[in-house]
Amino acid sequence: MKKGKNIKYVGDSRVPQDIDKNIPTDFSQYAGKTEPFYPSFLLKEWMVGAVFLVALLVLSATHAAPLERIADPNDTAYIPLPDWYFLFLYEFLKFPYASGPYLPIGAFVIPGIAFGALFLAPFLDRGPERRPLKRPIATGMMLLAIASIFYLTWYSVEHHDWEATKNQGKIVDIPGEDAPEIDVNADGYKLLVTYACTSCHGDKLNGGAAGPTLINLGLSSDEVTKIVKEGKGAMPPGLFKGTDEELKTLSDYISSLK
Amino acid sequence: MLKKLYDWIDERLEVTPMWRDIADHEVPEHVNPAHHFSAFVYCFGGLTFFIILIQFLSGMFLTLYYVPDIENAWKSVYYLQNEVAFGKIVRAMHHWGASLALVMMFLHMLRVYFQGAYKKPRELNWIIGVLLFIIMLAFGFTGYLLPWDMKAVMATKVGLQIAEQSPLIGGVLKTLLSGDPTIIGALTLTRFFAIHVFFLPAALIGLLVLHFYMIRKQGISGPL
Ligand code: HEM
Repeated sequence: MKKGKNIKYVGDSRVPQDIDKNIPTDFSQYAGKTEPFYPSFLLKEWMVGAVFLVALLVLSATHAAPLERIADPNDTAYIPLPDWYFLFLYEFLKFPYASGPYLPIGAFVIPGIAFGALFLAPFLDRGPERRPLKRPIATGMMLLAIASIFYLTWYSVEHHDWEATKNQGKIVDIPGEDAPEIDVNADGYKLLVTYACTSCHGDKLNGGAAGPTLINLGLSSDEVTKIVKEGKGAMPPGLFKGTDEELKTLSDYISSLK
Repeated sequence: MLKKLYDWIDERLEVTPMWRDIADHEVPEHVNPAHHFSAFVYCFGGLTFFIILIQFLSGMFLTLYYVPDIENAWKSVYYLQNEVAFGKIVRAMHHWGASLALVMMFLHMLRVYFQGAYKKPRELNWIIGVLLFIIMLAFGFTGYLLPWDMKAVMATKVGLQIAEQSPLIGGVLKTLLSGDPTIIGALTLTRFFAIHVFFLPAALIGLLVLHFYMIRKQGISGPL
């Protein structure tokens, strides 16, 4: 390879005498059907860009970006979740040998090796071959990495409680709108406080750290009783420890909230 | 009229050679999807760049309303989302665009990797590429905190715990990012905001200039 000060040109042209195998032939010597970048190829690129933009606009118009309730850094009940492209790392850090006392391994050593190898790829894989099948080690390692990322992401999505995530982040206090009036002197309300229902569903019963709102559910008293006894979603059964009579009062009260 | 204006400027500044250097080159057959459909893999880099432009634009419009302090950040996003005309769409574009940019960049990297296009003489451009990769992930990480909602703060907490694991500099790194050794609060938000809208774009633009300069200089890699 002769470049820089050692370069030898053909005559007084800019075409080097020895052509490096890795450098594509100059377009003037190219046998194929080349096309000028400006304007014809650029125009095609713009058309692809326009189609792409329309797709993004449709997606944006139909799917709003999510917004959860305002941050409360002291809420320890909240289960954190990163954006989807970091999910695989999040899942990986739950493995026994990548968490707890081994966290440095999961958080630093392994990602460090992965990115280090990516950085050094051109210096590790230095042969002249470019076809993937002729570079089985390089190709194999990348396929393994892709497979692990896909698997971990899938595993994380599959084993995550999306219902709980949805509920824990719900916006409860809408700015400019007060919570609906509820009768806090009713016996039903007092029972909700006594049995700690309000710790999840909020003092104003309009939802809280871990539970959804209890107002205006459109459920009958019996249906409410059933949910209290058997649980629902993230709420386990048997949280209510009172008498049947109390349960009736409580269910009537919730069912009456508008 | 336009032609006259162009000539007037060209006479004084000789702009023709400039745009010739940038745009006047041939596109070889093997990268042109019009000739070989499979050449669409060569579009991924350009599409990544296109989405980055969309991110810059939509982000600029978001900052018209966004307020980077912990009292008002969430409220400003809520207002943007629910009251401002088209605010919801601009925010959604920035949100989905972020995911799309990462996907496209990943595909682009895979194209370069599997084609062995990082080999001599393109090693340096590959290294610039990996740096671009890290910058883009950093965009995602810092941007996630900005709405200051529950998911934002909780995920950032975890992220900073991970950053803390870097040997030797872990503690310093965490403090540098969050503005305090333990608290994630007002300073963290302003720092993430500054990183997201000033530091990272500056680094991104610089690296992209190098990336594109090298591609122009070396030409696209030959057919396999
Ligand atoms: C911000 C993200 C990036 C943008 C906008 C971008 C843009 C581009 C564009 C437009 C090309 C021309 C060829 C093509 O489109 O395939 C290209 C080539 C290239 N990119 Fe990127 N790129 C990005 C990230 C990366 C990454 C993450 C890597 C690798 C780790 C990388 C490595 C390369 C290399 C080595 C070439 C030359 C390939 C060849 O000559 O065949 N780039 N890039």
